[in-house]
Amino acid sequence: MSAVALEKSASADKATWLGSTTVPMLIVLTFLILFFSAPLLPAWMIQVPQQWAVPFIDWTNALIDHLRNDMMFGLFTFRDMTRSVAELITWPLALVEGLLVAGFPDINLPAMPWLMTVGLAGILGWSLRDWKLGALAAGGVAYMAIFGKWELSMVTLAAVLVAAPVASAIGFFTGVLAVKKPWFEAAIVPLLNVLQSLPHFSYLIPIAVFIGVGHKAGVIATIIFAIPPMARLTILGLKSVPDEIREAGSMAGCTRLQMFWMVDVPAARQPLLVGVNQVIMQCLAMVVIAAFVGARGLGHDLLFRLQSLKIGEALESGVAIVMMAIVLDQLSRAATEKQPSHVEVTDSWLKRFPFLSASIAVVVGSIVLSTITSYASVWPKELTLSTAPFWDGLVDWITFYFYDPLQYFRDAMLLYVLIPVRDVFQMVPWTALLTLVAMTGWVLGGLRLAAIVSGFVLFIAFAGFWERSLITAYMVAVSVTACVLIGLPVGVWASKTERRAAMAKLWCDTFQTFPSFIYLIPVIMLFKVGDVAAISAIIIYAMIPIVRYTVFGLRNVPKHIVEAGVMSGCTRRQLLWNIRMPLAFPEIMLGINQTIMFALFMVIIAAFIGTKDLGQEIFRALTFNDAGKGLVLGLCVAFMGLTADKLITAWSTAQKKKLGLV
Amino acid sequence: MNEPKIACRNLWKLYGADPSGFLTQHDGRPSIEAIRKDGYIPAVRDVSFDVMPGEILVVMGLSGSGKSTLLRCLARLIEPTAGKVMFETHDMLAASERELIELRRHKMGMVFQNFALLPHRTVLDNVAFPLQVQGVGRREREGRAREVIELVGLKGREDYYPRELSGGQQQRVGIARSLAVGPDLWFLDEPFSALDPLIRREMQDEFLRLQKMLNKTIVFITHDFDEAIRVADRIAIMKDGAIEQLGTAEELVTRPATPYVAKFTENIPRDRLLSVKSVLTPAGSRKPAANSIHVDTMLTAVARRIMTDDASIDVVDSAGVLVGTLDRATYIDVLYGQEPLQ
Repeated sequence: MSAVALEKSASADKATWLGSTTVPMLIVLTFLILFFSAPLLPAWMIQVPQQWAVPFIDWTNALIDHLRNDMMFGLFTFRDMTRSVAELITWPLALVEGLLVAGFPDINLPAMPWLMTVGLAGILGWSLRDWKLGALAAGGVAYMAIFGKWELSMVTLAAVLVAAPVASAIGFFTGVLAVKKPWFEAAIVPLLNVLQSLPHFSYLIPIAVFIGVGHKAGVIATIIFAIPPMARLTILGLKSVPDEIREAGSMAGCTRLQMFWMVDVPAARQPLLVGVNQVIMQCLAMVVIAAFVGARGLGHDLLFRLQSLKIGEALESGVAIVMMAIVLDQLSRAATEKQPSHVEVTDSWLKRFPFLSASIAVVVGSIVLSTITSYASVWPKELTLSTAPFWDGLVDWITFYFYDPLQYFRDAMLLYVLIPVRDVFQMVPWTALLTLVAMTGWVLGGLRLAAIVSGFVLFIAFAGFWERSLITAYMVAVSVTACVLIGLPVGVWASKTERRAAMAKLWCDTFQTFPSFIYLIPVIMLFKVGDVAAISAIIIYAMIPIVRYTVFGLRNVPKHIVEAGVMSGCTRRQLLWNIRMPLAFPEIMLGINQTIMFALFMVIIAAFIGTKDLGQEIFRALTFNDAGKGLVLGLCVAFMGLTADKLITAWSTAQKKKLGLV
Repeated sequence: MNEPKIACRNLWKLYGADPSGFLTQHDGRPSIEAIRKDGYIPAVRDVSFDVMPGEILVVMGLSGSGKSTLLRCLARLIEPTAGKVMFETHDMLAASERELIELRRHKMGMVFQNFALLPHRTVLDNVAFPLQVQGVGRREREGRAREVIELVGLKGREDYYPRELSGGQQQRVGIARSLAVGPDLWFLDEPFSALDPLIRREMQDEFLRLQKMLNKTIVFITHDFDEAIRVADRIAIMKDGAIEQLGTAEELVTRPATPYVAKFTENIPRDRLLSVKSVLTPAGSRKPAANSIHVDTMLTAVARRIMTDDASIDVVDSAGVLVGTLDRATYIDVLYGQEPLQ
């Protein structure tokens, strides 16, 4: 063996799978020195003094006021414009809502009979995948009728059915423009990053200012909220079209338009449909939260019941939302996965167009039935079931048997874990954190990354909400730590066999479709309100990505490397710690990154159950219609997330490159 | 009719910060060292050749040798840095977008390494695609597509989607698509590289069968020298973006221009490739024997006679004049590589 090779293996020994340890140690040491010398530091180094705070909020509000009142577009003010654009949404909304539930009293046309909706949903599921999905879809819709959530759920569904296509279309054309014009992409991608890390509430406040409150405003907020994922996936999808396919288009003599519509778009069909799936799920999540600005439907129902602490009824609404989420997700997912297959032309019409035939049968059949019996058009009130008594019973039972242990657990958590951690966090000087972040950024990605992440931290420090931000950071840190402690072993366990991995994926997929607001219900039931409840909700929600990425990372370690380990005589434990874990770790870090993002989203929503962090301030801003404050606070949250995101992604990419995984 | 179908002159393609500026700076012909030193990537360097009507030119080289880029420069899928490409009387590099589209719609076809089929279209729609973008009506284009599909042996699969077909079948669709408009010039970019060896041979035969019927002018890219020998009229061997040698397979084997070409060709089974003239021993002028053989006869055709006939054999040219003799020892040396070839 040559000397070079020997040297190489010696230096490889020093580097652990976390990378070399010297540099991180130095960074942490600097941070600790600054942290512990905090009592010696001048006050301005600990917290940015009030007089230094940059009035971001006033500036934003001045801009918004200017836009709202003074800026003229020809004959209209900006607000006139936004309102009239918003007015446009009324028509499709009225149409879909009329079809699904309200009917058209003006022309004396009733809404679709519930049987028709159930049947069509079933056929849709059947045509997109198989009869099982059809049964799920039909069952999900029937559930709404049978359990008395028909009107509410159809209003929500109508909102999603209107918002999702609009958001998809806007997102699609934004993405297309970005692909065609590099300067636009350079401008839009960072903006998309920020928009996708802004908490839901930050979208609601400007909407309330420019458009007002009500169902329409809620739908508009939903549309805006759902645009970024579509734009992003459009960019990704169009860029992923293989060069060869585009060349085949060129050689066939396509004009630019033909190239786009006949080659690019169909070839990118799958990523585009993944985008639509995300849009639909984001729409549902947002339309629930948009209840805060007066959107009607299931979200409003849930909010109202939670506010009056009717847990049983809230759970009932929650289940309906979950049901709708699962059905919508499964249907749009099936549309993504569906591959075209040939049909024999010799078959009969019925065989060649089974779905069309079935749909016609359902429409005709349900209309005929409705004329015979009203039971077919509207599910009768007297047959409506309610699960609320069951849920109430469950809540009572839990309270009866577990009140003391739960109380004890809550108090212990607060006293011995949460409050001490919070106190430590609140002592962090902004200069120490800035140094930590800047140095990490510099090591991982050079000056550019250091400048970006320092910029984020400086914004938060100078926005004047340092203490609140630290509380948010503490809640996220505690939750993420818990998620890793629980999620990592679960992921390792689940990655052991194909079956478990498939199951874990199914659970993750399912839980991820639930609008985040739903996760508040069980924790309120157990812990009432406060930090323990909030952190529990965050932990449940943010657990999903860490489990998902751990399973994915461990299962995707190149097979031949694992086999090499087996043949070298590794035990299972050695295989895990020496081979699979190091190679999967960059992926797992991306999971932790996602967990942080999820936690930040949830921590703001958890403001609803009484936290004292940025979320609470955003919540107040919503109450007072203070758009500037809402946006600036939202940016604080987004920048916290983006700081973590930039650093972790940089680390993970570098590490993957080093391991030869990309 | 001796005008080349497609020709290129001093074609260059460099990747880097300012390729055309760099080229001018070096008077249009920088050395490979100068290119590397300034951080440019040489994809095509100073390539010139003609392809005659009905000829199959194979461009062969290892991966990264620039062969695919060269093909794309000829088709102007990639904009060359400098040089000239003439297709019949059209200056390809001066053609406007509209003219280019017209040329591609009617005169050119291309087959791709990974088939490049449109996944959302049936076999029929894929093959009819080039006609569809021209605006040919449905009935006509589908009729034409069915003809070509039958030609490549896929009748009965018209309504299948690409993912429902095997690799070989998919490439048959790719070939059918490239032939749908009846092009004069046929580009094939490693058409059989993604296929299994057995299927590859079958497809090569299929290709030769089609070419016999259609007689297209062809530029064929491959990294497989055996394939090149099987299909080529002439072969161009590329290295680092430049053509090392261009000639018939026999010329490459018997008279390699560079050590690189020699290394490439040294392990090629020669009997199928060489003609009598490659193993000729010069002889003085005398009357040839009655049973003399022609100088262009392939060695395989006379192998038995060489091995069984103890006397050397007279070789004559088309005029019946003696050009040399053929003896067993030289034959064995040439075939099994003892003596260096001249």
